[in-house]
Amino acid sequence: MTTVPMEPVAAPEPRWRALRGSNLADRLYRGALTALALLLPLLLLALVSELAVSAWPAIRRFGLSFVWTSVWDPVAGIFGAAPMIFGTLASSLLALVIAVPLALGVAIYLTEFAPKWLRQPVAFLVELLAAIPSVVYGLWGIFVLIPFLRTVVVPPLRAALGWTPFLSGVFYGNSLLAGSVILAIMIVPYIAAVSREVLLAVPVSQREAALGMGATRWEAVWTAVVPYGRAGLIGAVILGLGRALGETMAVTMLIGNRHDIGLSVLQPAYTMAAAIANEFSEATTDLYLSALFEVGLILFVVTVVVNAMARLLIWRVARGTAVGSRAL
Amino acid sequence: MNARRWRRRLTSGGMTGLVALLSFLAVLALVLILGDLVVRGASSLDWSFFTKNPVPAGESGGGVANAIVGTAIIVGLAGLIGLPIGIGTGLYLAEYGSGRLGWVVRFVADVLNGTPSIVVGIFAWTWLVKPMGHFSALAGSVALAVLMVPMLARTTEEIVRLVPHSLREAALALGYPRWRTSLRVIARTALAGIVTGCLVGVARVAGETAPLLFTALGNLNFSTSVLHPMQTLSLQIYVYATGPFDEWHRLAWAAALVLMGLVLLLSLAARWAIRQRHGAAR
Repeated sequence: MTTVPMEPVAAPEPRWRALRGSNLADRLYRGALTALALLLPLLLLALVSELAVSAWPAIRRFGLSFVWTSVWDPVAGIFGAAPMIFGTLASSLLALVIAVPLALGVAIYLTEFAPKWLRQPVAFLVELLAAIPSVVYGLWGIFVLIPFLRTVVVPPLRAALGWTPFLSGVFYGNSLLAGSVILAIMIVPYIAAVSREVLLAVPVSQREAALGMGATRWEAVWTAVVPYGRAGLIGAVILGLGRALGETMAVTMLIGNRHDIGLSVLQPAYTMAAAIANEFSEATTDLYLSALFEVGLILFVVTVVVNAMARLLIWRVARGTAVGSRAL
Repeated sequence: MNARRWRRRLTSGGMTGLVALLSFLAVLALVLILGDLVVRGASSLDWSFFTKNPVPAGESGGGVANAIVGTAIIVGLAGLIGLPIGIGTGLYLAEYGSGRLGWVVRFVADVLNGTPSIVVGIFAWTWLVKPMGHFSALAGSVALAVLMVPMLARTTEEIVRLVPHSLREAALALGYPRWRTSLRVIARTALAGIVTGCLVGVARVAGETAPLLFTALGNLNFSTSVLHPMQTLSLQIYVYATGPFDEWHRLAWAAALVLMGLVLLLSLAARWAIRQRHGAAR
């Protein structure tokens, strides 16, 4: 080691400043990072204002009737988005009905029952589902899922429940059902990943206590672990809902794109995202374009509210672990 | 009493089996999709597929060279724009993010993370395509960057936070200014993790279609000008899959296989980078 010359300390000032983080370079560094970080809130503001400004003509023209009338006539200049709002909600909820049991099952199996060596690989494979591009899901849906639904799923379904209004009409393929099933597959990895982190955050003592009282392993999970993480699990499901609401390509390719409100899941429907994807480039009049922007604005506001709700719920359960941000 | 015990055991066993079955189903879906991609796409992957441009509708042959190059350019440019902003924001959140602004930025990032990509697409249209007067690859890259930043910011933050506090204290005690501590010690220690975040971010946007529909638009010809419309694999798949020709469908499967391979490669590279970090930690 070299010896440090023991001259009288001439300027201890800079070091103290360095520690307090108040020298020029530090302030520059902090300023630069802050400026970058400010971009995100600014971006959000720009996004909202841009959408609102572009949607304003339609908002002023149609008011609230935009949301609950169902005539969409670009030629006459009359726009009502009720069918696509309905279709968006219907397809997302139906997707949740399919995806939630599946995803919760995956999460519970991976945290509670699976052998240790199996957990990481299976979790990785399920998360890979989230890596598949939406358009690839759409392609697979058109050429594999729809034929499968047509030959294997729909005939027995119809034989059993064909008398209900939910399964009436002819099944051509592109339908609410096809869109919902593909959505379900797409949101499973998100719900499963967040649920898994939530369940992992449940203290071991919850399980031990239940098992110590003589509960079976399933009873321990169902009565002690799942209720403990309930808020987080609900958050996971809502997060999945947010994904489903805004999903575009796969749904556009499978849902049939018809402006219609119907109860039958075998019939074509429409979603807000699909309407924008399909019609934006052919919107010839300013009012038409503005109506599509209003659809975009509604979609954006709904997903923001849904996501914010989910985040708050998840943060409440697993604060500090930044649950979900890794998977999402 | 005994019957009840048996019933409880049976329920437990049955439910265990059920959740195992559900997990199997989820993995099965992945295997089926990847399997179909290989089965239907692999046979079309030949030299001309990678080196030729699309031929007019109805003719057979042709390839997607323009789409492959276009994907590389658009995604690469998106990375150039999005990665520095995302990493910088993440560093801010980890280093200075304990105050109110940090809370706001974090929340906005999480909210933007769930924004539908199609909404980002029309936003980019109003901001870039409309003022410029024509569609451009650049607008597509910006849209993809917007999607990339919030995710990257949160991943970076999380990874930087994992760096032990003692490292920071040691560096500061040695008289390092804060900015050097942050960049040379903290960020460098977390480098593998940050690289992982970048790879995942790029992988996620590489397959995006919706934000490109009204920005990059697509292009039947070979183009490398970022100020003009450009084709990507995802746009090509969309057009071919929804078109009427069998030849198009064949090419769509092949293009999907290539795109999926690209995304998987990035995901696996990301996983490999994480392994490196864990290896180094021990």
